[in-house]
Amino acid sequence: MQRRSLLTASLLLPLGARVVSAAPAAEPVTTALVEAAKKEGKVTYYTAMDLSVAEPMAKAFEARYPGIKVAVERSGAERVFNRIGQEMASKIHRVDVVNSSDAAHFISWKREGWLAPYLSDEMARDLPAEMVDPDGLFCNQRTHLSTIAYNTKLIAPADAPKGFADLLDPKYAGKMVKGHPGYSGTIMTATQQISRELGWPYFEKLAKQKVLQVQSATEPPKRLEAGERAVAVDGSDYLFWLAKERGAPVELVFAVEGTPQISNPMGIFKSSPNPSAARLMVSWIMSGEGQSFIVNLSGQYPANKQVKVKPGRPALAQIKTFKEDPVAVEKQADQIKAQYAKYFKV
Amino acid sequence: MTLRAFDVSRPVLALVVALLAVMIVLPMGWLLIYAFASKDGQPTLDNFVTLFTDPSFVDPLLATLLLSVSVSGLCCLIAAPMGWLVARTDMPLARTVRTLVMASLVTPPFVGAVAWEMLAAPNSGLLNQLWRLVTGAPADEALFDIYTMEGLIFAIACYTFPYVFILVANALDRMPGELEDASSMLGAGLWATARRITIPLALPTLLAGALVAFLQALNQFGSPAILAIPAGFHTLTTKIWSLFQFPPKPELAAATSLPLLLLTVALLRTQASILGRRGYAVLGAKYGAPRLIRLGAWRWPAVALAMVVLAMPLFLPYAALINTAFSRVSSQILSPETFTLHNVVFTFWQLSSTMPALKNTFLLATATATLGGVLALLIAYIVARQAMVGHRLLAFLATSPLAIPGIVLGVGLFLAYTRPPLTLYGTLWILLIAFITVEMPAAYQQLGSAFHSVHPELEEAGRMLGASRLRTLMDITAPLLRSAAIATWCFVFVGVIRELSAAVILFTSETKVLSVLIFDLKESGDVGAIAVLSLTMVVLTTVVIIIANRIGGPREARVPTRVGA
Repeated sequence: MQRRSLLTASLLLPLGARVVSAAPAAEPVTTALVEAAKKEGKVTYYTAMDLSVAEPMAKAFEARYPGIKVAVERSGAERVFNRIGQEMASKIHRVDVVNSSDAAHFISWKREGWLAPYLSDEMARDLPAEMVDPDGLFCNQRTHLSTIAYNTKLIAPADAPKGFADLLDPKYAGKMVKGHPGYSGTIMTATQQISRELGWPYFEKLAKQKVLQVQSATEPPKRLEAGERAVAVDGSDYLFWLAKERGAPVELVFAVEGTPQISNPMGIFKSSPNPSAARLMVSWIMSGEGQSFIVNLSGQYPANKQVKVKPGRPALAQIKTFKEDPVAVEKQADQIKAQYAKYFKV
Repeated sequence: MTLRAFDVSRPVLALVVALLAVMIVLPMGWLLIYAFASKDGQPTLDNFVTLFTDPSFVDPLLATLLLSVSVSGLCCLIAAPMGWLVARTDMPLARTVRTLVMASLVTPPFVGAVAWEMLAAPNSGLLNQLWRLVTGAPADEALFDIYTMEGLIFAIACYTFPYVFILVANALDRMPGELEDASSMLGAGLWATARRITIPLALPTLLAGALVAFLQALNQFGSPAILAIPAGFHTLTTKIWSLFQFPPKPELAAATSLPLLLLTVALLRTQASILGRRGYAVLGAKYGAPRLIRLGAWRWPAVALAMVVLAMPLFLPYAALINTAFSRVSSQILSPETFTLHNVVFTFWQLSSTMPALKNTFLLATATATLGGVLALLIAYIVARQAMVGHRLLAFLATSPLAIPGIVLGVGLFLAYTRPPLTLYGTLWILLIAFITVEMPAAYQQLGSAFHSVHPELEEAGRMLGASRLRTLMDITAPLLRSAAIATWCFVFVGVIRELSAAVILFTSETKVLSVLIFDLKESGDVGAIAVLSLTMVVLTTVVIIIANRIGGPREARVPTRVGA
């Protein structure tokens, strides 16, 4: 549970046995690829990443390769998954590159045979093996956490919760905001980890604390900053950090029990209408340049080993995190949603 | 007189009926089939067993009924005195109050709900902050909590009471003053006259208004999605929507849609029968202008009361939206130090969905207003001049969408057009069909009444003087209908821009419209961009309405009334 550096290895290993892997040959980013991408002129990027990061990243890519427009389609990862399912069933082929905060989705898409393999030579060189699908169908774009946080104007540090168990204290009743696993991949992944570590009775009790229920994991940080609730049960850590760095009264809590960790795989759809632009975009996002852009802007944890963690943020290895288990999430997702809806009523 | 010289009548009738079938009959047919089918397509009643026994369905059903009854009651409580004040008293600024109530209808209800979050979220809400500032109450005490059933009732009533108000005020305008005069001449006091004459005469209208409000609340999707889910409960419409999340359960969504549909049909029939009887007491009288009651010292308090009521749907929400649009954090009060264009820049220069959504919205609004307008004009003409056999069927089909809540239509269209032979899902066509269907009743009724105001004698005169039928239409009928047609076009246009409940089921990433984009941004809590887009939407809508009123001439401005937004 503590072995952070190998965590993603255990994450991706079960997805395809290494022995029978058919990793694609690494391709250089050639002028031919760039020209073909420019000819396509656009690329559609489905993601669950907060717009404040996704849109500037798209603009940076557009600036790097003028002539290619990025359409960012942001929604909660569970809704992205649903939308892609509906679109594929109706033979609507729009998605080029997809990035989800629920790694289990890639197990499902891989099984359906919807993903196209791609590996740039820079990716082959700079991505640790555990960050890449053995068949090269997807790779981890970045890693983030779902942390507890509190508003320092509304709660003194001494009164702040130390972990999940503290949140059941009656003094926090009516003071918490929380994302929903039916919409957010971050919260789905976190819910699986918390229910495994603390058991479902934990959620049953938490549901009695009059929690303000929002949808995306990107919303609790905004509600906390606005002072709508004093404590966020969950939410994307990078947004809490960004608010704090902006001077907002926000403080993160790394729960004593452990903090849910979320990888964010990215892949290209086989049916992509802009396959060259899609490859170019993936290669750029995973390159030192793209990864640095994400890290500098948001401070999420990079997958590329050439890129260092943002100064001022704790290294992943220093934080006690829960083990991520996409295989279990994939199996339990429907049951998690049903169980959650039973306790939280929505 | 029946004009039999209409050779093309059969093909035209066939075409119009076919179009209406594609729009209404097919989707509703699939809805029925799905509601009575199991997951693998076997006939079953299991969906209804689930619907009426599973608490996760029964609770939303009960919540919806409670919500609708309460909204209806609250709307009558507000609208009846307001209507009376503007129609029957010498309250100053009565015309302004009327105009402002109409103006509050321009706000899409889901935008109003978001604005009320900014105002009355228990901690960050501006009104609650103000209350704590004034009273010195502790940080976690709130005057209002919008994330409750009461909050939702309030937010929906804000944008529903205008419908009741318009009905009541218009009825009171038309009420003959003689009856009240007679009553007072016979010695009845003010109160006795009100109790025995005014209230009984106004009661049927108020009842009809109560039903309109009930229907609005029943079929509303946007406001519950924004306020009820954080509060931890579902209504029927949000439940139907959630059944489209993964793994989608279309059979259950269809089954859940049916009670909504049946209830709506039943209520509309009741309302029609009430309004149909309304005129009984005033038959045969030559009415004098209604006698205005002198308020005396109460004149200005009455104005103040009306303004307080108008603050709820209008002044406060727009203040909150403007505040959020130009602040970094929505809970901060705007000041020269906190003023920022960040949200505007983000919305128009960074958010890559903004321009495609604006483009789709304009394309669809223009196409719906034009094609839907032509179709409504054709039907209205055929029905008004009884130009062919089957005109009654046409009139029925054209008004029937009134009974179909937007979200139910969305589900029906989704089921009908995600399969061959017409796989329209994922195209703008399916949204066009949805919008034309949704707007058809209002457009048809507006144009129908315009046709009734053009007496057939005028057309017959043209014909007798030797003009062809087409020439008569062009030279006589068309100019007389011009202003009505333009007004209808504009109001359909505006209606499409506001539509959310059908679009939210039918959109795909490439066919996103403005209302859906706003709704999507709500999911991630990007209220700054929401405020900018909502204000943009309302400004556009207002401009179109002003143009409509200019071109439409002296006709009373009409705001399309329809079910669910």
